[in-house]
Amino acid sequence: MATGASTELRAPEQRGIADIAPRLEPLIIPIGALLGGLLAFSVFLVLLGKSPVDFFGLVYKAGFGTAFSWQNTLSRVAPLLLTALCVALPARLGLVVIGGEGAVVLGGLAAAVVGTALSGAPAAIGIPVMMLAAMLIGGLWIGAVGALRIRRGVNETISSLLMAYIAIALLNHLVEGPFRDPASLNKPSTAPLDPALRVGELPGMDVHWGFVAGIIACIIAWVLIERTTWGFAARIAGGNIRAAQVQGLPVGRLIVCFTAAGGACAGLAGFFEVSAIHGSANGSLVSGYGYTGILIAFLARHNPLAIIPVAILLSGFEASSGLIQRRMDLPDATILVLEGIVFVAILVSETLYGRFRIFTPRAEEQP
Amino acid sequence: MNETDLGLWAVPLAMIGGAIRVSTPFLFVSLGECLTERSGRINLGLEGTLVFGAMSGYAVAYESGSAWIGVLAAALAGMLFGFFHGWVCKLPKVNDIAIGIALMLLGMGLAFFFGKPYVQPQAPDLPAISFGWWSDISQVQAALQVNVLFLIGIALTIAMGWMFRTTRIGLIVRVVGDSTDAARSMGLNPNVVRLLATGAGGALAGVGGAYLSLYYPGSWNEGLSSGQGLMAVALVIFARWSPVNCFWAALLFGGAGALGPALQSVGISSGYYLFYAAPYVLTLGLLIATSSPNRALESAPGELSITK
Repeated sequence: MATGASTELRAPEQRGIADIAPRLEPLIIPIGALLGGLLAFSVFLVLLGKSPVDFFGLVYKAGFGTAFSWQNTLSRVAPLLLTALCVALPARLGLVVIGGEGAVVLGGLAAAVVGTALSGAPAAIGIPVMMLAAMLIGGLWIGAVGALRIRRGVNETISSLLMAYIAIALLNHLVEGPFRDPASLNKPSTAPLDPALRVGELPGMDVHWGFVAGIIACIIAWVLIERTTWGFAARIAGGNIRAAQVQGLPVGRLIVCFTAAGGACAGLAGFFEVSAIHGSANGSLVSGYGYTGILIAFLARHNPLAIIPVAILLSGFEASSGLIQRRMDLPDATILVLEGIVFVAILVSETLYGRFRIFTPRAEEQP
Repeated sequence: MNETDLGLWAVPLAMIGGAIRVSTPFLFVSLGECLTERSGRINLGLEGTLVFGAMSGYAVAYESGSAWIGVLAAALAGMLFGFFHGWVCKLPKVNDIAIGIALMLLGMGLAFFFGKPYVQPQAPDLPAISFGWWSDISQVQAALQVNVLFLIGIALTIAMGWMFRTTRIGLIVRVVGDSTDAARSMGLNPNVVRLLATGAGGALAGVGGAYLSLYYPGSWNEGLSSGQGLMAVALVIFARWSPVNCFWAALLFGGAGALGPALQSVGISSGYYLFYAAPYVLTLGLLIATSSPNRALESAPGELSITK
């Protein structure tokens, strides 16, 4: 080995940096991009005559400053974690699925309908059945996107998006018609759930169990991708689908399973929205979590464990929206602008990979 | 002018009128997307461009008192979004689909942010020409109120079709869209051509947005767009990347969207939301019917990322 001698000549600490630096690249570039995006947003605020210091101070205060604000933040994380998984799992196979909103909406509706039918059943039976129904519908909905991709070659980005619009129309139709509770006058809804079938809050906290479920789902997804042969096969197929097919990997089955698993997560988000928050299915289910989930998954570079801190961060931003509106006289869309700028910054930063010499292993630099 | 009871004939009539009214934004956005995609790049962010165009067009029309200055402002704003998209996408390793989603979010955020003060005031409308003068049935007259932008859209459709077929510019765009290598060997710079095509496409999407806020529905609010910018992507695939087909597809989508309100006007109100979903179901069905797992879509530009 020509490089062997020079490696031995290098000082130990230098070799340490050379070994660690390439591993740090996927960490430092996204964090740099996040800071760059926040900086660009600060410039935007300054141009409008608002103080970025006040803004981030309020975000900290309302999102992370006290035990109360932490609870406020964490109580919003569950749907973000689960919808981000709906993007991140198919992304491992190179698929860009952006219609998680549809699975949230239909999962919530399924949970509410099953919950109404199970009225009077004990929670130990009713809640798991509702969860399964929501995950099944969500999984079928997004799994169909994957199946269409393999069987018919339909682009998954567009089909998932169209199906999200169809899902919202289905929800509105079913909630206005067949499943409508006659008592819901102003806002058509399904019948309110039996209190026994409402998911409660974590002991001593103002955060419902969806948070725990979301964290567990992220950990399971991480183990699936990083520690199982299925995940390994998916990563190969995501890198190069032809190579995976030549290797004899069941690419079609992988795509259906990963899209369905993602859809099941988004459906579960719908279950928690219904069972823990709203108490019935109605138009409030359409709240844009699916779209925030896309942003989170890309920020986390589709790594399920990285989704957890990113989702908490964004949830803190969203939790501070009300305070920012009142104190700084900024419209509620301010957070949307911030998210958009950060999203663009993260995607633009993709072009930086491999550009910095510090991150590239020493051996490659030698002729 | 008198209300005449047309019975069920009111449904197709309302659909024709609705198709003409509703299709104009589809037409402009899809022509813009068609131009961009023919150059080999996809812009999924046109929804954001459309919404921002709607807001800026409305705001400028209100401030200046002229709807046409509003349309111009919307086109300019759309062009800026397009140029930004084109510039970012030419950086290596940047995913054009994901950038589109991000710019959609950003465009909508900026539109809602700056549009807040314009939700209440009333801006001037775009003018319409009545083609229903020959009839004294008021429904016919209402259906044939045609906005000037629709007519401009028809002219643009013909012009763009002619451009792709016979002009040098059209050939350049097509070559760049079909093969980056071939374009380079001809001495063309694919990035510049795509940048210009994306900018022009964004300008058209901005005009489509201005139609929404300045004519039909004719006011600015945050729920103004029902995804026309996103559906344009599907519509262009359906139209096989031909501007003339884009026109017919836009009419079809507009007609499908007008089905629900038309049926409601004759008293069929159940399933209103299902009819509302008709354009989406239609697009999905057509995609399923016409796609194939073994080859790229017929007449798709060779460099297009979603069909490769």
